[in-house]
Amino acid sequence: MSGEHHQESFWTKYVFSQDHKWIGIQYGVTALFFMLLGFVLMIVMRYQHVHSGTISPDTYNSFGAMHGTIMVFLGIVPVIVGAYGNYLVPLQVGAPDMAFPKLNMASYWTYFLGGVTMLYGFTLPGGAANSGWTSYPPLADIATTGQTVWLIGMIFLITSSLLGSVNIIVTIVQLRAPGLTWMRLPFFVWAQLVTSFLLLLAFPPLEVAGIFQLMDRVAGTSFFLPTGLVVGGEMMSNSGGGSPLLWQHLFWFLAHPEVYVLILPAMGIIAEVISTNIRKPLWGYSLMVKSVIFLGFMSFLVWAHHMFLTGMGQGMSNFFAITTMIISVPSVILLTCFILSLYGGSIRYNTPMLFALSFIPMFGIGGLTGLPLGLPLSDIPLHDTYYVIGHFHYVVAPGTIFAIFSGIYFWFPKITGKPLNEILGKVHFIFSFIFMNLFFMPMFFQGLAGMSRRLADGGQSYAHTQNVIQYNDFMMYASWGLAIAQLPFIINIVMTLLKKTDKNPDPNPWECTTLEWVAAPSPPIGHGNFEEVPNVYRGAYDYSVPDAKKDYLPQNKKD
Amino acid sequence: MQIPYNEELRPDTGLYNAKLGIWLFLASEVMLFGALFSAYIMLRTSNPYWFDIKTVLNIPLATLNTVLLITSSVTMVMSWVALKLKDLNKFKLYLGITLLCSFGFLIVKYFEYASKFEHGLFPSSSTSLACYFTMTGLHVLHVLGGVAVFLYLIGPGIKMWDSEPERFTNRIEVVGLYWHFVDLVWIFLFPALYLL
Repeated sequence: MSGEHHQESFWTKYVFSQDHKWIGIQYGVTALFFMLLGFVLMIVMRYQHVHSGTISPDTYNSFGAMHGTIMVFLGIVPVIVGAYGNYLVPLQVGAPDMAFPKLNMASYWTYFLGGVTMLYGFTLPGGAANSGWTSYPPLADIATTGQTVWLIGMIFLITSSLLGSVNIIVTIVQLRAPGLTWMRLPFFVWAQLVTSFLLLLAFPPLEVAGIFQLMDRVAGTSFFLPTGLVVGGEMMSNSGGGSPLLWQHLFWFLAHPEVYVLILPAMGIIAEVISTNIRKPLWGYSLMVKSVIFLGFMSFLVWAHHMFLTGMGQGMSNFFAITTMIISVPSVILLTCFILSLYGGSIRYNTPMLFALSFIPMFGIGGLTGLPLGLPLSDIPLHDTYYVIGHFHYVVAPGTIFAIFSGIYFWFPKITGKPLNEILGKVHFIFSFIFMNLFFMPMFFQGLAGMSRRLADGGQSYAHTQNVIQYNDFMMYASWGLAIAQLPFIINIVMTLLKKTDKNPDPNPWECTTLEWVAAPSPPIGHGNFEEVPNVYRGAYDYSVPDAKKDYLPQNKKD
Repeated sequence: MQIPYNEELRPDTGLYNAKLGIWLFLASEVMLFGALFSAYIMLRTSNPYWFDIKTVLNIPLATLNTVLLITSSVTMVMSWVALKLKDLNKFKLYLGITLLCSFGFLIVKYFEYASKFEHGLFPSSSTSLACYFTMTGLHVLHVLGGVAVFLYLIGPGIKMWDSEPERFTNRIEVVGLYWHFVDLVWIFLFPALYLL
């Protein structure tokens, strides 16, 4: 790579770009479209719960499986790690690009291929994968061809994550600007670092599980098929001798750290937005860093709390119940730090801050309703009910997705040089907030009444659900409301993008301290990000420093 | 645009970018093969009717393969040392031997697989054979990956020696680390599948 600028064609600039900023935008746009698709599947399923018979139970099953897969693997992770990590990490550490630009491009296109493979499943006879996003065997081993395509798609997505996480870690470790010591990093970068380690180390076991299941389906092996399995009244001809539980162990060894992959970068975004908008340092920055590292370690030791129902034994259950209680401590520390940070701050109630502020109680509800699920005694009656659906949707939807929205409103002026409209943003926030709660809160009541999840008729044919069945209508209307509440957001983005760009957009409209705002123009220059390599002299959150001229001191300012 | 520490070492970490990258990649590979071995142990110990594959596997051939892979690992290091001593011809010789050894490994593996299929032993025959084929198959894929990279580095990729010798030497070091890992995996696979 030479220093001189070379002419770039349309293909190398916009399609096979190696610029981390453009790859970040590619990730973001693709993943937001996938999220929209997952959302549409959900609207259809919610309609089906009230008007049973709209789609066949088989189609319902594949919509359910694909809603989960799309939202987690094709939507939220690519936005929060692929888009945010790619765009912001090199800027915040003062690097000219990611450490391996070509690998970065490969990682986006592998993700894209994985997404296309997943969508291809819908065109097959028997539809897309329909054994739930968790793909438990033996069911998944004998399901329709859609499952094979799902497995191949997953192998693509896993490869993409591995490439991406190696890149992010090397960028953070190797390319930090001079003076940017570990404890001067913005919390967002720490969150991305821990997240990348989780992706790096937790995904390979799922890859193994995926290969085993692929072998079971294609080569006729019996990794997950027990001896003497009878399907449809007939003995299976497989050799047998496998273990269905093995899949669950390998799957949750990934999928539990995956929960933290969904939530830690969200907390990183929240930390940046909150510290900027309270005009004071984060309370307990070093405590937060230690908590997030501890969280990363512990998240590898809790996976089997998803498996209390399998009867894996009292000793195992006790171990995983205890580790689960331990891991709630650092999560609570992080949330407490956010709340304590607010105390005594002069809070600006702009759109990103409103989303960030509502993240705290919403994630709080999601987290606290998870505690009963961490103890075998209370988990066993709750596990297969709507209570679980309510719990993790509170974590991911008004939790992570609100953080994603917060970040979009916050960094949009950096990415495009044009701020989003505040009034439309606030309308988007208020209605999203109301309808999210109207939508997810009734799930707890349904679940506590014992309504099972994954029922194609929404529980209509069960006697014990009759007291809570009316919530289905309510939630269907709430889902429509939630859909309409997203319109101001889409209009806002389109309107702002169509607006003329200022000749000299303000590079730092929120008056932040971190490098992406203070050392780079908006949008940052094409190759290399910075005119000259920034030098860092202070921590990330020097707001309202006594005796300073302004109420913030940029990281690259000496005194 | 120049990415820092592509060639030179970052003072506080003592690493260039690709070296950290390959170690991280190897960490994920440890998790991959770790999960494979754990699954193998779980399947084997929980199955009272485990079909003992020692009786059908060819231990002498596998021993030959072990020797081939270890030799290739040694010559891999020597090819890197040759570059450090600025001796391109020695480098070509040693990397060539590494390549020959890995081809030898693949050929032996081909005959092993073929003789299993001839005797009607397929992955679907028993879970122990399924483990054997899946684990060695994944290992063979890793060998193939290594061979592809060697062919590139001894072929079109060697041009980098003229323009950026330091970076080319680093590439060989990084590929070498990967190759030692592939070797190490076999050293675990051999006793686990053939001997125990």
